[in-house]
Amino acid sequence: MAYQFDWSLVVSGQYGDWIVDGLVTTLKVSAISTVFSLALGTLVCVMRMSRVRPLVWFSLAFTEFFRNTPLLVQIFFWYFGSAAVLPESWNQWLYKQDFEFAAGVIALTVYTAAFIAEDLRSGIFAIPKTQLEASRACGLSFMQAMGYVILPQAFRIIIPPLISQFLNLIKNSSLVMTIGVMDLTYMARQIESYTFHGFESFTVATLIYLAISLVVSATIQVYNTRVLRMGR
Amino acid sequence: MHWDVVWNNLDYFLWGAFPKGPIGGLALSILMALGGIFGAFWLGLLVGVMRLSKKAWLRIPALAYIEVIRGTPLLMVIFWFYFLAPVLLGKSLPGDQSAMIALIVFTSAYVAEIVRAGVLSLPKGQMEAARGSGLSHTQTMIHVILPQALFNMIPSFVNQFVSLTKDTSLGFIIGVGELMKMATQVNNRTMNAPAEIFITIAVLYFVVCFVLTEASRRLEAKINRYQARGR
Repeated sequence: MAYQFDWSLVVSGQYGDWIVDGLVTTLKVSAISTVFSLALGTLVCVMRMSRVRPLVWFSLAFTEFFRNTPLLVQIFFWYFGSAAVLPESWNQWLYKQDFEFAAGVIALTVYTAAFIAEDLRSGIFAIPKTQLEASRACGLSFMQAMGYVILPQAFRIIIPPLISQFLNLIKNSSLVMTIGVMDLTYMARQIESYTFHGFESFTVATLIYLAISLVVSATIQVYNTRVLRMGR
Repeated sequence: MHWDVVWNNLDYFLWGAFPKGPIGGLALSILMALGGIFGAFWLGLLVGVMRLSKKAWLRIPALAYIEVIRGTPLLMVIFWFYFLAPVLLGKSLPGDQSAMIALIVFTSAYVAEIVRAGVLSLPKGQMEAARGSGLSHTQTMIHVILPQALFNMIPSFVNQFVSLTKDTSLGFIIGVGELMKMATQVNNRTMNAPAEIFITIAVLYFVVCFVLTEASRRLEAKINRYQARGR
């Protein structure tokens, strides 16, 4: 079977614009989810560290459940499941907004937050317990001790696993295409079905994902070595 | 709530149309995960050992393979095999085969890194001593280094197996009849119980993965104790 390569198709014109639009959507979804998942993951981890039993149980159930179910199922749950739980008028309003985008962001945020909470917990365990005791003895409350003493140190320790979580998040964001968010993967597939030039469109999309991964990990690793050197 | 939809279709979720039709649902997901980890283990072991080699022509392709696969979303890898097999092979692969190949190729890159970390964590003296007693590099790897390293890697493998089990759900996108596909089929047919259906399959996945995670935790504790005794 002879296959005619046509690279100009994907890198310019209408389909080139689609790829750029898709990339922008992918970056938007990833950036928003990154910020939210960092906040939510920290919150869940602090709850786990607290002495309040219900909070500990809640955060335990949260991390175990969301870590052990596929992201795709979670995306479908947030997208389709909300219709059954929320009142009809809310749904009408939601579907008029960009609900696909919101459901994708919620799913990615919650999924990633569960992993971040675990990473952060191991970071906190790496800090001597006396730190918390000493800061409590100085008169700081639990939340103050966490916020000013423990967390800043823990975050520095977990920079490498955090980077890989965020890279995973960018890659996982390709799943939001299943509910119709027009991200990079969605656009690549769209071009495939319009032109049958899947080879070109998937190559370009793969290279873009690869470039993002390599650039992000390289940048943060440089930053990381600098920060660590400063710490010593 | 319409939990009756779930009850009426529970056998469909668990094993699809089997025995009248092809096996599907959770049973197929588990089969795919088992096949995937088996294939990914051997491919990953090969790539991991190549990555550690001193010969550049072995090391550099392995490094490129690992970096490219780990920088690419699994969904992209699945599309590659699904849409490009016709172009490259001249015939299209069925969805379950291309999903399986994609899962093996994808996971093997992660397994390779586990293998590398496991081998590097062994004391250097092991390699030196084995080479000193006259074993070749390959013999040392097979008889001395890998058996010890693989033992330490068991918990990481279990974790990889958990992600693989979750990743089988992506087969749905190219039409493989595993659990996720069964759920969307039932959802499209009934239309009135999406939350119940997706909660149910989330719980099914959770049970499988949680059992594995727990097993991995116990194993890790056991291995740590075993190593502490050795020292």
